[in-house]
Formats: sequence, structure tokens, C-alpha cells
Amino acid sequence: MDLRRFGFILLIIIVLFGLVVFIGQVKSPPIVIITSMMATTIAVATPLTLGALAGVFCERAGVVNIGIEGMMLSSAFFGWLSAIYMFHVFGFPVGVSIWTGVLFAILSGMLMGLLLAVLSITYKVDQIIGGTVINILAVGLTGFLNRQLFFGRGSVFGGNVPNSPGVLPTLHVPVTEIFSPLCHSAECLQVVTSINKVFDQKPVAISAILLVFIAHYILFYTRWGLRARAVGEHPKAADTVGINVFKMRYASVIIGGGLAGLAGAYFTIESVPSFEPLLTNGRGFISLAAMIFGNWTPIGAWTAALVFGASQALNINMQLFRDVIPPQLAILQQSYVVGLIPYILTMIILTGIIGRTTPPAADGVPYEK
Amino acid sequence: MTNKEVVLEAKGITKRFPGVLANDKVDFDLHKGEIHALLGENGAGKSTLMNVLYGLYKADAGEVRVEGKIMELHSPKDAIKHGIGMVHQHFMLIPVFTVTENIMLGAETDHRAASNENPLVKLDRREVAQKVRDLSHQYGLDVDPEAIVGDLPVGIQQRVEIVKALYRKANILILDEPTAVLTPQEAEDLFRIMHELTAQGVSIIFITHKLKEVLKVADRITVMRSGRVVGTTTPQESTEQSLAEMMVGREVILTVQKGPAKPAETVLTVVDLHVKDMRGLHAVRGVSFEVRAGEVVGIAGVQGNGQTELAEALTGLRHIESGRFFLAGKDLTGKPPRVITEAGLANIPEDRQRHGLVLSYSVADNMMLCDYYQPRFSKGVIIQQNLVDANAARLIKEYDVRTPSAFVATGKLSGGNQQKVIVARELSRPVKLVVASQPTRGLDVGSIEYIHKEIIAMRDRGVAVLLISAELDEIMSLSDRIVVMYRGQIVAEVDRKDATREQLGLWMAGVHETA
Repeated sequence: MDLRRFGFILLIIIVLFGLVVFIGQVKSPPIVIITSMMATTIAVATPLTLGALAGVFCERAGVVNIGIEGMMLSSAFFGWLSAIYMFHVFGFPVGVSIWTGVLFAILSGMLMGLLLAVLSITYKVDQIIGGTVINILAVGLTGFLNRQLFFGRGSVFGGNVPNSPGVLPTLHVPVTEIFSPLCHSAECLQVVTSINKVFDQKPVAISAILLVFIAHYILFYTRWGLRARAVGEHPKAADTVGINVFKMRYASVIIGGGLAGLAGAYFTIESVPSFEPLLTNGRGFISLAAMIFGNWTPIGAWTAALVFGASQALNINMQLFRDVIPPQLAILQQSYVVGLIPYILTMIILTGIIGRTTPPAADGVPYEK
Repeated sequence: MTNKEVVLEAKGITKRFPGVLANDKVDFDLHKGEIHALLGENGAGKSTLMNVLYGLYKADAGEVRVEGKIMELHSPKDAIKHGIGMVHQHFMLIPVFTVTENIMLGAETDHRAASNENPLVKLDRREVAQKVRDLSHQYGLDVDPEAIVGDLPVGIQQRVEIVKALYRKANILILDEPTAVLTPQEAEDLFRIMHELTAQGVSIIFITHKLKEVLKVADRITVMRSGRVVGTTTPQESTEQSLAEMMVGREVILTVQKGPAKPAETVLTVVDLHVKDMRGLHAVRGVSFEVRAGEVVGIAGVQGNGQTELAEALTGLRHIESGRFFLAGKDLTGKPPRVITEAGLANIPEDRQRHGLVLSYSVADNMMLCDYYQPRFSKGVIIQQNLVDANAARLIKEYDVRTPSAFVATGKLSGGNQQKVIVARELSRPVKLVVASQPTRGLDVGSIEYIHKEIIAMRDRGVAVLLISAELDEIMSLSDRIVVMYRGQIVAEVDRKDATREQLGLWMAGVHETA
């Protein structure tokens, strides 16, 4: 991640934030808008961050993973489904049910990772095809099961989709409690409570940020990371120093699947307590864009995910401030116009405004002993 | 220097691949502190034997003893554990990693007192770098542990491989064709290092097919031919000629027999040519020269100094940025390959498998690739199979291509015979200029002899020949004039009779006369 790229990201985020502050200032003070934008950015960037990390793990070890979208979708479904079963069928309390849901989301992501690993590492299926298989399988499987389990003949829930036990709670960071005694004015208090909002995030969002740094440490500072990257750059060289290429690749792809699974949990267990077919809506692919933009590094990918997060935060805030959008910016009143921004940004970024990125040398190449 | 303590002994090694007996009861031993050369043609079984010793293949029969004890070698890990290190012909280094990272890979905690199996153990880059510095001083290797491997010249990368083996406490080093990628000066450095290593008790197996080097550095020489050991000898008892005969199994003419050149009119004129490489960098920067009918002009240079791009530009495969070139007075700059071919250019490309042949096509089909559309082979759009077959039958006989039939997929042939298919196709046409890039790379002594003879025969028939080769010996023995390329420019041009190996080697390394 070079300075030029950081500068580019900073610039986009400032422009997006600036636009919202400019429009919304008649309704709210800038500090409130900026902090709420930041909070939203971090939250909505969560699945992109995790998806990009999934990509980093797979591709650093030499397996192209375009199946992240499908991995997210299927784990969103199975996580949600298992939470419902735990709560309604087995009668567990809400908390246990929700966390079981998260666990199952991760497990089903890992299972999808295992499938990709078997296809691409053991059977050396073209990795783009392997990933496509997963994407199609996920759409078909979740759509079919969603229909059959809830609406099918003799289905357990007899045609009603039961309420999910709920979503993960927000974790409160006591910024306000600590700093408010230092405040002597109402403005100061408002600043402190606004800033507090940025830190009050839900568990998956917080773990995503922690995982960015954990992944960075693992990949670049541990034995496992050195070996995983070696396998993705020059598997034969790794083999000659006694590293088991197949084992390393399997492990990396399954870990990647687990991360995509956690991203799935964000959709149906952290964000909203419901599932609908195709709800991931291309975020797996935007994750891949973030991974490439971040030059296959966890921190780079995260900052790129934040750009996409910021553009979605813009989207959300534009709806809040719809009635005060000045007439010369009337085009922003159209929700589909702002809704397009993340996708347009993806295209601009990927068509090379940021310069060349270098994928791992053996990315996508099956290893033949 | 050499005493008789045997550090490694292989007895009766037999290794069978489907249809091939690659090693047939091979015996081999290595004394402490000696350089033992293993000599043989391609396919003689040298690499198979080394892969067995390094644990990459499992032998069907036979045993390997290290310091007298029988060793079970299941993977390179076992070999490493028993102090065997290997420097592969194609380096096993990761270009984007630093020297330190490459060296510690797979042995991340070996520098510590107690080994640590935890996969998440933190890397001690600084400690390992210090160890690398120490080793590099001890053996005079001069390697910077912080450098990124991809930025290093090939000769230094090879030293990194050696340090990598020493770091794993190797006292037996297998060097697989180590000089293939080096300039003459780098090779000299390598020989110095090899002697430094043996002086400190390391034993070296030196695999090669270059006779001169063997005679120069080896203490003992073992020659292999078609899977068997032909014999073991010493440099004192042998000559280039005797070794070549052991390798090939018959008398070989090592020096190319040729009369003086009779250069006639200019055939190829290249004027201030500029060409970019695949990454868009300037690979050929203002090259001008001429080749006349009836002479061989050799382009010497270490690989990657623009020769590949020059050949591709002349054959119409690469875009020319600026400058022009003329073939028999005709400006062919920027013309497509077919026009250039029809103007009388024969191309023996550097990478025969990728650019010279369609490997899945039959020998007969490959032999008509250049002019299948002409009346020689086709009526309108229909290819006349009988003409194709007749052509193939004639060329296979004339050029001595060893193939079961004309309809075998060319990929099934040996490298030497694949090259003969290309040579037959290109040289059987009425051509004015032959561009031959690395025409004998990777071929055995017998095939080299044959192809050299064909090139000289073309010259004597009044064809202009442009020979591009990284092998100085080849340049020296075939050329009438020699041009040296360095970093995309011609740094020297000499008549063959005024050229010396030493001077050419210096030019190839970019060193100019300091006089």
C-alpha cells in the first residue's frame, strides 16, 4: 500500500463526507454528520472488509476465489436458519441462538471453502469455474431451501417465516462517560456523544477490524504467513524446502471461507434479522475489488473497503437529507443515482486509476508436483 | 585436498518411469571435500539420480548411504535433515521475498536452540539476517540479506541458493547445471566459491554437460549415458574428446569444421532499431548492424540484454518503436511475419516449444507451417495431404529426424528431434537469411554437432546467418563476426579471428576497455 493509494482513498472519503456535510448542514451540525457518517461507514464496510480478507487469504496462497459472493450468501442463510432453529425448534434462549447462528455461518463458509479447495487444489478445476460453481450453488441452494423449509408442503413452519431471535447487540464503548465530566459546554458534550457513536459498533464489525490487523500480523510476521505467501508465489520452491503445498493451500482457502462466512453473519444476524434470496447483492465481488485495490494486503483491502462503505453511507444519508438537497444537486434526490455510486467507484478504481497492482505470482495456477 | 572418507554413497539405484528405465543400477560415491562432476547428455539420468538423492523421487531399487548409514529419503525434508542441499538449475527462490526470507523459509526457527513447531511463531528476521551475513563472510559469498531477490543478478541469486543450503547445515551440495545461466566471469566466481566450500569440508556434486568446466574444477568425473554409469575418471586422465565420447558412445567432432567465409552482398541491414519488451521497457536501444550473404554473425550477450526482443522484431513478432531493417534491399519494418517469411527469412526461435512448433500437431503438419497455403501444399484452400506427406517423408530422411512416424505429435519427440523438425522446415525453404536464437539450448552433444553442421552448410551455400546465443563457445565456433549486446545496445563488434573469450566475457558483463 503506497502513499499514492492512501492519498487517493483519503481524497474520495473527504469528497463523499464533504458532500453530505454540505447538504445536511441546514439540519444538523457538521460534527454530528461526520461522526454518524463514520459510524455508518465502518458498519457497512464490515462485509466488504471480511470478504476482502477472505480473498487475501485464498489468493496469497495461490487460489483465486471469485466464490466469495456465494460463500457470503450461503452462510448468511445457514447462519440465520440455525439461529431460527435453535430458538424456535429447540427452544434455546435468544443469546445462545444468535451466537450459534454466527458459529454456523462461519462453519458453512468454511465448508464452501473446503468445496473450492477440493475442486481447485485436488482436482485442479479451473479456479474461475470453481468459484462460479460456488456462486451458482449458493444462489440455487439458499433459494430452494428458503422456499421449501418455510413454504414447502409439510414444512416445519407451515408457510410462515418465523421471526429470527434478533440481531447481535451493539457494544457500548464508554467514551461519553469518561470524557463528559471534562466538558463545560453543551457543544463539547455534543462532540463527545457524537464521537461515541463511531465507537459503538456491533461484534462482527469490531471483529472485522481486529481481524484486519490479526491477518496482517499472521501473513507478514509469522512462520505460517511466510509459508502461505511462498506457496502463492512459487509453490515449487516451497515444496523443495519441505513445505506441504496442498496442506497450506487447503488451510488458507478454508480460513478464507470462514472469513466470508463471518461476513455472511453480518447480513442476517448483525444487520437485519431476516433473509431474502440474493441479499448479498454483489458485495462479494466488491470485496474482490477492494482486495485488488489494496494490492492483496489486509490493511490496504480494508481501507478500500472503507471507500465503498463511505459511498454507501452517502447513499443512506442522502435519503435522510432528501428534502434539503439544493435544487442544483437535484439529481441526488434520485435514490438510484446515489445507489449507483459504490458500483461506479468500483469500476473507476478497477480500471486502473490507482495504477498497477501485482497479484501473487502463482495466483490461480494449480500446483502439479 | 581429497581424502578417501566417503560421505555419500548410492548403490544400485534403479528408477523406472513408464516406458523408460531412467536409472539402471547406478553406483555413485562422493568423498569428503571433493568436487565430483556428474557428466552426461540430456536424458542420461543425471537429474533422476539427483532427485533420488534429494528425496524428490523414490528409487525402485538400491540404497543411499550418508556417512555409512542407510538413509530412507521420502521427501526433500529428509535429505535436508541428512545434510544434503541442492541448488536447482531453475532457482527455487521467491522473487518478491528478501534474501533472508528466502533462506529462512521452511526452516524458520532453525537458528534457535530449541526448535518450535508453533505455526504462529514470530519470525526473527534480524537474527536470521545476521546468521546469513556470518555464513556469507565465512565462505566469501558476499550476499546482502536485506535485498529483494528479484532485484539481484542471476549470479548473486545462485549464491543465495548456496547460502540457503549452508543455512540448513548442508555438507553435501548438489549443483544442477549451475553455470548454464552465468556469464564467464560469474562462472569463474562460482568456481572460486566452490573451492572455498570444499576447502572448508563441504562436498560438491557438480552436474553439467560442459566439458571444459569439468576438466577445470572437478576432482573426479563420473559419466552417465542412457541411465547407466559409463565410468569414473579424473581430469588428469581425460580430455574433452575422451569425455565426449564416453557421453555419446561414439566419436564426436567437437570443433566445428569450417572453411573461411566468403561474404558477398549485404542481406540484412538493421538501422537504429528501438524495441520495447513485454513490460514496456526499452529492450533494444538503437541497434545497427549488417549481415552479408555467406557469413555467420554471432550476437553474444548474457540473456536478457535485448537479444530476444531483437530477434522477435526482425521476425515480425514484436512492434518496432523506431528504426528500420532491410532484407535484400527491401524495407520490412513493421511488416507482418508472413511477408517477412516470404521475403526469405528463416526463423529458429529461442523457445522452440512455444514459438517454433505446435506441439500437438504431427511432425508432418509442423513441417509445412510456414507455407501450407502455397501451391507446394495447397490447391486453393484445400491442403493436399499427399504433398504434405511427401514433404515430411523427404525432410525426415534428409534431416535425420528420429521419429516413429510423420504422424506422431511433435511434443512426443525429444528436444533434439523437435529442434530438427524446426530446422528442417526453415532451412529446406529457399531463404536468404537465417535468424537462429539459442539454436542448441538444452540439446545433447550429438544434436548440437548436427545443428552446427547445418548452420555452416547454410553459410557455405551463400545464406546470411544471424546467430544469437548466450553460449560463448557456440558464438566462438560458428561466427565469422561477433557483435556483443549489453543492455540493449551493441557495445562491441569484432572479427572472429581478433576475438578472445576473456575480452568477449568482459564486454558481455558491460566492462569496457579501460585503456
